[in-house]
Amino acid sequence: MYKIGIDVGGTNTDAVIIDENLELVHGVKVPTSGDIQTGIENALHKVMSESEITPSKISHAMLGTTQCTNAIVERKKLSKVGVIRLGYPATASVKPYTAWPEDMVEVLGEKYEVLHGGYEYDGQILSEIDEGEVKTVLSNWQGEIESLAIVGVFSSLKNDQELLVEEWAKEILGEAVPVSCSSQIGSVGLLERENATILNAALDKVMKLTSSGFEKALEKEEIRNAEVYLCQNDGTLMSIEYAKRFPILTIACGPTNSIRGASYLAGIKNAIVLDVGGTTSDLGVLAEGFPRESSLAVDVGGIRTNFRMPDIVSIGLGGGSIVRQVGDHVTIGPDSVGYRITEEALVFGGKQLTTTDIAVRLGISDIGDKSLVADIPIDFAKKAYEEIRKMTEETIDKMKTSSGDVDLILVGGGAIIIPQELEGVANVYHNPHGGVANAIGASIAQISGQYEQIYIYSKLSRQDSMSDAKEKAAYQAKLAGALEETIELVEVEETPLAYHPENATRLRVKVVGKME
Amino acid sequence: MRYLDEKAVENIAVGAAFLGTGGGGDPYIGKMMALSAIKEYGPVQLISSEEIAADDFFIPSAMMGAPSVLIEKFPKGDEFLRVFQKLSRYLGIEKIAGTFPMEAGGVNSMIPIVVSASQGIPIVDCDGMGRAFPELQMTTFNLGGVSSTPMAITDEKGNIGISETISNKWTERLARVQTVEMGASSLISIYPSTGRQLKDHGIHGIVTLSEKIGEVICSNESEEAVKLEKLLELIDGVELFQGKMMDVIRKVEGGFNFGEATLEGLNGDAGSSMKICFQNENLIAEKNGEVVTMTPDLICMVDLETLMPVTTEALKYGKRIRVLALPCHEKWQSAEGIKTVGPRYFGYDLDYVPLKELVTKGGRQHV
Repeated sequence: MYKIGIDVGGTNTDAVIIDENLELVHGVKVPTSGDIQTGIENALHKVMSESEITPSKISHAMLGTTQCTNAIVERKKLSKVGVIRLGYPATASVKPYTAWPEDMVEVLGEKYEVLHGGYEYDGQILSEIDEGEVKTVLSNWQGEIESLAIVGVFSSLKNDQELLVEEWAKEILGEAVPVSCSSQIGSVGLLERENATILNAALDKVMKLTSSGFEKALEKEEIRNAEVYLCQNDGTLMSIEYAKRFPILTIACGPTNSIRGASYLAGIKNAIVLDVGGTTSDLGVLAEGFPRESSLAVDVGGIRTNFRMPDIVSIGLGGGSIVRQVGDHVTIGPDSVGYRITEEALVFGGKQLTTTDIAVRLGISDIGDKSLVADIPIDFAKKAYEEIRKMTEETIDKMKTSSGDVDLILVGGGAIIIPQELEGVANVYHNPHGGVANAIGASIAQISGQYEQIYIYSKLSRQDSMSDAKEKAAYQAKLAGALEETIELVEVEETPLAYHPENATRLRVKVVGKME
Repeated sequence: MRYLDEKAVENIAVGAAFLGTGGGGDPYIGKMMALSAIKEYGPVQLISSEEIAADDFFIPSAMMGAPSVLIEKFPKGDEFLRVFQKLSRYLGIEKIAGTFPMEAGGVNSMIPIVVSASQGIPIVDCDGMGRAFPELQMTTFNLGGVSSTPMAITDEKGNIGISETISNKWTERLARVQTVEMGASSLISIYPSTGRQLKDHGIHGIVTLSEKIGEVICSNESEEAVKLEKLLELIDGVELFQGKMMDVIRKVEGGFNFGEATLEGLNGDAGSSMKICFQNENLIAEKNGEVVTMTPDLICMVDLETLMPVTTEALKYGKRIRVLALPCHEKWQSAEGIKTVGPRYFGYDLDYVPLKELVTKGGRQHV
């Protein structure tokens, strides 16, 4: 039996097939299409016809896609959202949608209410929820909204009010209006979590289209027995049912898949991954086989959120970056010939001096026609190469969490320009299949579950708090399609909270399991 | 008198976070509150301490408590309306002529803007610290013998406490307990003052200074060196160090964030190291084991390239930082000032030496 992994990137849509031993059987690249769907269909068709594998032997199909990100950036296909914030009288000074781009607010319909409810930091009631008040709002919104976002103050501590409102919403608005609860989406930080929850609610239609489109593409290739999954941005998978509830979790799955694919190709679990493209390079950190998450607020389409995202740094260094002499210095980028590299770089008969030309001149790489770069003075080429080395070393250093040496995995089409000897780096791994690392990452993903809550260790012991969090994370993983007996704990993060008198700690755990 | 618009608020938030010396809370939520209030009620009036009448009465507005709670539960917006009514009735005052900030910091520079916008009263361009400090008695009003009480403390639910204490240190102790009960975050009005008291004991021009600092930091000036030059000139400061964050040790004790950050030198400081000790705010900076700046002088960490202020919560390995220092207000340099906020108060076995003297010994004056 085989698995198919597809990754939709900004420039290319890649597809790979791997076998039961997770060995790469075949990989293809096709241009990403404007509607995305056509590119997916083309990639799928190409990989199936070239590999000549019988469709019935495909047991799993995984898709990593940018459709949700695109919908937010382009403000297209988004649902009309109703936002209920439970916290009144607290939090009324900053209303939902504050500091959002106006065009986005208009598209979503600007329907929101700040109602009684919410909890204090220690789990005591902030204000009692008012059933009549909530139900009146829900009734007024009948026929006006397509999706509902519920956000409670300190709901990451206690979410029963959010769940109660969800029940009332099902009664009044029916099953056709999906509900997004903030406690299942973001962490502490009301405005950022609310924003992420609103976006999740808004993406409902987009995800329904994406998943049915993927199923249609599979059907076209007569792949009918496969379990179908979507990639999340933490390097794990979710079932289509789960993805429809949490579409926002697909955002930024591309860089994550590249990090996971790189880990698989290099056969190591802890390293820095450098994905070198034509114009930019993305750096991420591989920790125990998974990407490290960002601890900062992340902007999505101009909206500040705090849901989990891989910690990625981008620099303007790629295989097509333009090299220039400026006074005594050599500069690299940030402008680039990008995808036109095969026409514009010197080694391909073009007129632009790029980083790839420098690598060929120094004999580090052998592509194009090396006689075309023989005129570049060797000292100049060495100077440029030193600049590339310096840029790479600085960025790697920024991503490190301690001062020791790290391993580096190079992937992406532009990886040939990166020096193999770098300060602060122990070993450099570079695999010939690095070009389709993203799709490989999609095809090998596992299933995860995550849970975060503030626990007060003086009330519930650290050990009991830990097992409570683990149980709740495992429940999330099971919902997403993991086999219960394979679920294991992979990450524990404890953050003691400042100023709290009772040893309050924010505890976050993550589990992963094999797919059913 | 002049008006503060949205642009001014953005700049003040950045500048006050800079003067917050690593503490003062998350500037984002404070800014959102102030921008929302201005959007609803229009720009607010800022008046200088020269423009106010000596016998008029002013009540400050501030938040107290845990920054980590404030990002989840923030105020309703009209809390100070009730507080001002109650407090003025208690004090027997007919008219509150304005409000003023207690400290410069991400959150507390913004609260008076919210109050000013919603109540239609001006903000006086002065505060009681000229920077941020962790405790309520650490104000120049305290040094001037102004009582912090009668004070009012409230929450979003409507609870109000009015109290009188025997000392400003007691105000800190009692208010801290009430704040915890109110959900680890409260709104307070302490050191209600006459115009005379503000003129005599306040630190003047703090809002304007914050705004100017923010203007420089947020400007489009592309040359780092030029931007830094402008900033140092504005604050009469020095650059102590350029470095990379190597390690941060933190612990939480008695409701405060204690910690120690270690930087390894970059550029001109390659080969040197710097250690910064903080209790919410940065207190001591040591270069290669020698103290180069100590509280109450200001130690400000900013991003190496953008010069944006970096709070102690945001410190992590690899972050590239410039450490800047500037002298505290002269009121803090008195014997009583040093006793209240000098190194010994915070438990360091050091005699206070002003920044200017330390700089001539070991630091470096920029340019």
